[in-house]
Amino acid sequence: MQTSEEFELSRRGVLAGGAASVATVTLVPIGTAAAAAPAAKSPPTAKVAFEVNGKKRELELDTRTSLLDALREHLHLTGTKKGCDHGQCGACTVIVDGRRINSCLTLAVMHEGDKITTIEGLGTPDKMHAMQDAFVTHDGYQCGYCTPGQICSAVAVLDEIKAGIPSHVTADLGAAPAVTKVELRERMSGNICRCGAYSNIIDAITDVAGVKA
Amino acid sequence: MKFDTPATTNPIDQMKIVGKPTNRIEGPLKTTGTAPYAYERHDVAANQAYGYVVGSAIAKGRIASMNLDAARAAPGVIAIVTADNAGKLAKGDFNTAKLLGGPDIEHYHQAIALVVADSFEQARAAASLVRVEYAREKGAFDLAAAIDTAIKPKASFGTEPDTAVGNFAAAFAAAPVQLDARYTTPDHSHAMMEPHATIAAWEGDKLTVWTSNQMIAWSVGDMAKTLGIPKENIRFDSPYIGGGFGGKLFNRADVLLAALGAKAAKRPVKVALPRPLMINNTTHRPATIQRVRLGATADGKLTAIGHESWSGDLPGGGPETAVAQTRLLYAGENRMTAMRLAVLDLPEGNAMRAPGEAPGLMALEIAVDELAEKLGMDPIALRVLNDTQVDPEKPSRPFSQRQLNKCLETGAAKFGWSKRAKPGATRDGRWLVGMGVAAAFRNNLNGPSAARVRLAKSGVVTVETDMTDIGTGTYTIVAQTAAEMMGVPLDKVVVKLGDSAFPVSAGSGGQWGANSSTAGVYAACVKLREAVVQKLGLASDAVFADGKVKAGRRSVALGDAATDGELVAEDKMEYGDLAEKFQQSTFGAHFVEVGVDAMTGEVRVRRMLAVCAAGRILNPKAARSQVIGAMTMGAGAALMEELAVDKRFGFFVNHDLAGYEVPVHADIPHQDVIFLDEADPTTSPMKAKGVGELGICGVAAAVANAVYNATGVRVRNYPITLDKLLGKLPDMV
Ligand code: FES
Ligand code: FES
Repeated sequence: MQTSEEFELSRRGVLAGGAASVATVTLVPIGTAAAAAPAAKSPPTAKVAFEVNGKKRELELDTRTSLLDALREHLHLTGTKKGCDHGQCGACTVIVDGRRINSCLTLAVMHEGDKITTIEGLGTPDKMHAMQDAFVTHDGYQCGYCTPGQICSAVAVLDEIKAGIPSHVTADLGAAPAVTKVELRERMSGNICRCGAYSNIIDAITDVAGVKA
Repeated sequence: MKFDTPATTNPIDQMKIVGKPTNRIEGPLKTTGTAPYAYERHDVAANQAYGYVVGSAIAKGRIASMNLDAARAAPGVIAIVTADNAGKLAKGDFNTAKLLGGPDIEHYHQAIALVVADSFEQARAAASLVRVEYAREKGAFDLAAAIDTAIKPKASFGTEPDTAVGNFAAAFAAAPVQLDARYTTPDHSHAMMEPHATIAAWEGDKLTVWTSNQMIAWSVGDMAKTLGIPKENIRFDSPYIGGGFGGKLFNRADVLLAALGAKAAKRPVKVALPRPLMINNTTHRPATIQRVRLGATADGKLTAIGHESWSGDLPGGGPETAVAQTRLLYAGENRMTAMRLAVLDLPEGNAMRAPGEAPGLMALEIAVDELAEKLGMDPIALRVLNDTQVDPEKPSRPFSQRQLNKCLETGAAKFGWSKRAKPGATRDGRWLVGMGVAAAFRNNLNGPSAARVRLAKSGVVTVETDMTDIGTGTYTIVAQTAAEMMGVPLDKVVVKLGDSAFPVSAGSGGQWGANSSTAGVYAACVKLREAVVQKLGLASDAVFADGKVKAGRRSVALGDAATDGELVAEDKMEYGDLAEKFQQSTFGAHFVEVGVDAMTGEVRVRRMLAVCAAGRILNPKAARSQVIGAMTMGAGAALMEELAVDKRFGFFVNHDLAGYEVPVHADIPHQDVIFLDEADPTTSPMKAKGVGELGICGVAAAVANAVYNATGVRVRNYPITLDKLLGKLPDMV
């Protein structure tokens, strides 16, 4: 982790470099924290117990471990993808206690007692969830990397609409939101698909929702 | 098998399986999270350690000193790789800059160290303790400022930097109607969803990498060269690739550093490029400045076509070949193209989806729209009038097939083009509405491609090739090809891809993958059919259908040929000179309707249609997806995608998915795609071409032309953001 002191130093370096851009050679000043390196200490760990796809799991984790890495690296549930690790892409979407979240943006140890559903918990190749099936039928993917996140999001989005939760494009906050393409596009916009399968993904979701577009 | 005369009738023409819209055979794996991507292969090697890459904080200069003490002392750290301790490393043929920098630094975020630790968290924390002092040198980062220093580049990808036919200057000067305009396209990032990632393991002097790579054989060769070890000692395995778009054509820092890290740590090491590092560490589509000059007669016949492009790259790099399509797209007796290349010390420029044509058509197809307006002509009529069925530079050389006009006319009818009004004349509430069109053009390329097919007693056919599936649908079209050839249903075919232990394919790039790789499978299946017929003692004209082989009155189960052991056949498709005799290209027309907020200038894409003529479409379902995905990327290029250059420090500022904006669900309407019925016998026995890059060609210009039609504001500098419209929009009534 960068300390604020280091940040200041490098920020000043940037400013200094900008002012001195006429010089051909500029030394970028960097702190000498190395000299004061503390001896290696094991990182703090903590125990956490939660339920993943209906199974109780107990882990002892480096407290810096994200929920995403707990799933992928510790439980080997690699269906949940890491696209950015910074909450910018939605590839890591999982459903926690009924609500979708970006699992890269939350530490695993914050989820004591939670019920977590990942793509593996929705269905398997032999017993696919209706949404998974619809993605195959409508070719709602290409490379497949954003796909588990899209599907987890899609499942949760339909529940959100059913629960009456409004979105940015819901015109009438007094009325129950409907499953429309505009609503779906808005609610799915946290899940980037660089392969650009959006048009097909919306077809798959409307198919599962049982609405005619 | 050599393909040197146009294809006649062959088993693919039955089109019982090939040509049918088919669900992806790997779909159930991808949708359930069970398709294994590179970083996820926990099962392939025990005891994997984690590597974290450190990137250079300067763009150009050198590392004055590096202090690794604190990082080494950090918990869990096993090894640190730097150029200092990595041993001698050569640069790969496909890389412009070295994958591991130091002491010399060639670009910002060039990898300079890999910290290997027991856990990801430990590696990441220790990487932040690496202390580096740099001696920064001045670099060139501004394309516009550098174009006066740009020089004529060496020919690249078979593209001459300068071409000339007739007398362009005189014809342009004499043309009664002239257009002379400058356009700019910014740097673009592939931004594929799966970061570059590799797990590497050594066994003695043998290296295996599980990685995410489009071109297996190229990359094995480059890795061997870089490490100075024989190719035979390296295995690449890349069965699933989370998007590439050209960004994974070549080895990147993850694969080299994983290999070096594994050696240093004496255990398997996994490395993924952190998202914020990817954009400056890897390659991008270079920005261009383009000048297009079109001269026409008063009735719209083009007499002079000139297209120049300037781009930049690191020393030793190449130009963005943005003028390529202009040599072939329209008739016109007097023509010139020119490319000039400046040295820029930005990260490495390289291929991104439809390199050349994508940015080239962004300019050319606005220019055609502008010319149509000057002529008072419909832009479709202008394009149709200037169609050519032969290579305009060499009229003795015909196009193998060219249905550009039909694409335009079919699309016009379907899209309701006749309702298009004058610029700024259509309103829908607060929205200014407009329609735009552009031609799509991308050359067809074929590459040698080999495959192995195995027939088991059960009648199951297994295909093995090092071909890759980057989301293109390779698994499925390879299975369709083998099923059609061997007369078995799709579920009797197993497809194994992406392993360098398999026969060398054309790989995925340049939209050559589909036709080339299936042609290789075709060749191998022809051999397997011969082996089956011989084994069963059947006449050579036996028919393969319904899991049986039939000749005369005999009908035998296919699997019977393998009762005393698997039958294996391997072959490679190679090409004669048909691509020289015939210009093989793919064509299309993009139609776009936009709404532009009359108050804010916000642009929303409302409708999109592509009509494509691209040879036989092997799987219309996956091909459609390739096209809509490319249309989406084209909409991004039109409206939002731009790597912002810090011209003082020489890096792309918006180097993550929050800053580099790509289209999201809310940006993209329902998209329609029409494929014209075609089969091109000059391309291969498959009679197919590619569509994955055709789909992006022209899209951005169609959007730009629609914005013009909506507002009357012509924006020539992409992306068309609202600041470029504000203040120029028609007055509100
Ligand atoms: S990986 Fe979590 S949002 Fe991108
Ligand atoms: S399927 Fe590739 S990113 Fe969505």
